[in-house]
Amino acid sequence: MAARPIKFYQVGSFAVGNRLLGPELRSVQADPNRSNAITKGHRACQGCGEALGARYALDAAMRATDGRLIAANATGCLEVFSTPYPESSWQMPWLHSLFGNAPAVATGIAAALKAKGRTDVRVVGQGGDGGTVDIGLACLSGMFERNDDVLYVCYDNEAYMNTGVQRSGSTPPAARTMTTQAVGDEPGNVFGQGKSLPLIAMAHEIPYVATATVADLRDVEAKVERAMQLRGARYLHILVTCPLGWSCQASDSVKVARLAKETGLFPVFEAEHGAVSAVSKIRRRRGVEEYLRLQGRYRHLFEPQRREDVLARIQAIADRNIARFRLCDPDGFSRQDFPANAGLAREGAPREGA
Amino acid sequence: MEKPFAITLDVGSSLANKTGAWRDERPVYVDRLPPCNAACPAGEDIQGWLYHAEEGDYERAWRRLVQDNPLPAVMGRVCYHPCTSACNRAQIDEAVGIDGVERFLGDEAIRRGWELADAAASSSGAGARARRSGKRALVVGAGPSGLSAAYHLTRLGHEVEIHDAGELPGGMMRFGIPQYRLPRDVLDAEVQRIRDFGVKIVSSTDVTDVRDAMREGGFDAAFLAVGAHIGRRAYIPAGDSARILDAVSLLRCTEGGEPPRLGRRVAVYGGGNTAMDAARTARRLGATDAVVVYRRTRERMPAHEEELREALEEGVRMKWLSTIRHAREGELVLEKMELDAHGMPQPTGDLEELKADAVVLALGQEADLSLLQGVPGLSVKDGVVEVGANMMTGAPGIFAGGDMVPAERTVTVGVGHGKKAARHIDAWLRGGEYTPTAKHPTADIGVLNTWYYADAPKTVAPRLDEVRRCSTFQEVKQGLDEQNALFEARRCLSCGNCFECDNCYGVCPDNAVIKLAVGERYAIDYDYCKGCGLCAEECPCGAIAMAPEPG
Repeated sequence: MAARPIKFYQVGSFAVGNRLLGPELRSVQADPNRSNAITKGHRACQGCGEALGARYALDAAMRATDGRLIAANATGCLEVFSTPYPESSWQMPWLHSLFGNAPAVATGIAAALKAKGRTDVRVVGQGGDGGTVDIGLACLSGMFERNDDVLYVCYDNEAYMNTGVQRSGSTPPAARTMTTQAVGDEPGNVFGQGKSLPLIAMAHEIPYVATATVADLRDVEAKVERAMQLRGARYLHILVTCPLGWSCQASDSVKVARLAKETGLFPVFEAEHGAVSAVSKIRRRRGVEEYLRLQGRYRHLFEPQRREDVLARIQAIADRNIARFRLCDPDGFSRQDFPANAGLAREGAPREGA
Repeated sequence: MEKPFAITLDVGSSLANKTGAWRDERPVYVDRLPPCNAACPAGEDIQGWLYHAEEGDYERAWRRLVQDNPLPAVMGRVCYHPCTSACNRAQIDEAVGIDGVERFLGDEAIRRGWELADAAASSSGAGARARRSGKRALVVGAGPSGLSAAYHLTRLGHEVEIHDAGELPGGMMRFGIPQYRLPRDVLDAEVQRIRDFGVKIVSSTDVTDVRDAMREGGFDAAFLAVGAHIGRRAYIPAGDSARILDAVSLLRCTEGGEPPRLGRRVAVYGGGNTAMDAARTARRLGATDAVVVYRRTRERMPAHEEELREALEEGVRMKWLSTIRHAREGELVLEKMELDAHGMPQPTGDLEELKADAVVLALGQEADLSLLQGVPGLSVKDGVVEVGANMMTGAPGIFAGGDMVPAERTVTVGVGHGKKAARHIDAWLRGGEYTPTAKHPTADIGVLNTWYYADAPKTVAPRLDEVRRCSTFQEVKQGLDEQNALFEARRCLSCGNCFECDNCYGVCPDNAVIKLAVGERYAIDYDYCKGCGLCAEECPCGAIAMAPEPG
């Protein structure tokens, strides 16, 4: 795990802050002078995981770069709710162009800074899963293969929420969206479709790929900090709850994200140069049902009748993740025998940062 | 306005958009009563003093503690800690070892010579010792209840004198609780500190008539806490040479340095804590076989589990479901009992013999209430004095507490009575009425978000090695060291009361939580709070509640 656990301080390393810790050990979010890269007054829904995840990630990046940071944003909720004319919630240099070209815009900014010799100013590209996994994938893959000096952050809420909850390449199986209705023998999104962008990013063998959830602030911050220590293309994939699209309680936003990790449905790990280097272990393992029950997008699995078959298939996905990423293995692991690495590392030396 | 290159529009901020209008429920910070505090018979703010101990500020922790209880070193040793039984942490891993931390603080205070006078001055500002009332209060009995009342009355600005029948103060803490549970230097130190605070203790003074004593000393009110010192006897048909004595005398004589001759085989009759004390004392006085004879079962015995366990560890044997039918020299005849449908023991007629050189009766104690003779308005029922909710007896100005009133008979309950009575006596002396502040609702485990607490099992205090403890009166349980005490304090979940973990400040997607200065917690920015409830849901200790929007 990237975040260093703190022992025996009442809330250990799980809470945002801790009065018993020295300021240097507290999270960025505990700092009363945090930059609040995205500030109040934005129009995100109640309990929005993306608004929260963006502030977690960008505040950490702002601290890591001493505030010298430029963001390029894809179209999506994050852009729409933060910048309805004439208001902006951004308290940092921020740029929006199109839905599919945020990685290319970020590349351009990085190239311009390089040309000007401004190596101190760093660049972040960001977008939702639609702009990243589907529409912007070509530009993103290009950014990866050129190893441009950009940290790209995907806030994954598993569908196109901004336009009314349509399925994306990141929508999980059986989930109900406007375009995958809960009807027929196999209600909701189809099994066997979609993709894992973190694994696709790893296949580019870029210096750093990591996943995180909005439920684990310390982990998000540690990963952003690590990413900002490196140069070259870096990718951070943060699972963010969408109370509207997932049809869960706004107050359960963090809880649902936490369960995504604790069930094994969303593996949290880090990879360097194409090989997994660390995983966040499951602390209190839960069956998938506890996660699914909180979300209306899975209600058809429980009523009018219980779909044991579908539940078993979802549990199998979680079990496979747990085995594949060794999420419950109490011991550490060695890179060599890590199953997820098999077939991933190609011949030749890993690419260094630019 | 001159705009920078390529900028054509004015930049506006989303701060103009007051999203608080979306809200139909609002988060509010609340304080709930932690279960430890709710369970404490002495009314300690346990979580309050643990909070300071967590920071390693032991003096402040101790000062917070002695606002309620002037005997922490004693309490940390002899209290049966209902606080830890109530502790929410027991449902996560193990209860917080509150008694261990309390004892550590008490010992630390003795070691460092912290004074109660300072406690008053620092706890509530310069005028902490309330304005002098010019009134005088008499306290009868220097046991836990009397000492507590005297201390609190002094704090409240009255002049207090304790009249005690014993040669040395302490009451049952000295003459009932054996030294292996409460070393006398600890007791002496805490009593001395109360004296230094201004409480006058007159020893070896038997108050035979309370009204006379009040008149002679010019006292305006009295608090009676004479305890229950008379061992209850039971008729046992016995031969001439059978040795039968009661547990109270055994413990008192042992304390006086003249223990009675018990012989090698000792039977103790009874199932309470005093029976355990008597059996363990007998072992230390050289009995090779100490047997407790009790008419019911282990589940139904009144002695605390911890005392029973320690007695068994020291080789004390138990005879469950047995009564003594007959005693003769060197031998007892026991009758086997069985429990009926109501759990009451019924004789079976089966007899059995038990070798015993002496029988110690530990069948409960009674209070000597002769000092109350002739006091009008007073009511005595079942051998104890009846008191109202304000601890006042039927006689105006005469209050009572501790073992002589109807309640559980423990040191902690006594201390609690003393504090409670002191508040009512203060009000009575000043011509008013004391109304306790309303208690917050209890913070049960359901209001906590336990995810946030790190796993940390309890630190167990080492016990004196068994062989050594059967032969000496040295203290059985050793204290926690500083590191362990700190660890233990930090295991506190702070149930129901904000401990400034910054979670609400961190998890608000709308930056609508304002972090105030250290110690002042947080505020909600209702201009922007959308009422999503994340802060309340993710608060580890249940210190945020969602309330309907007013209006």
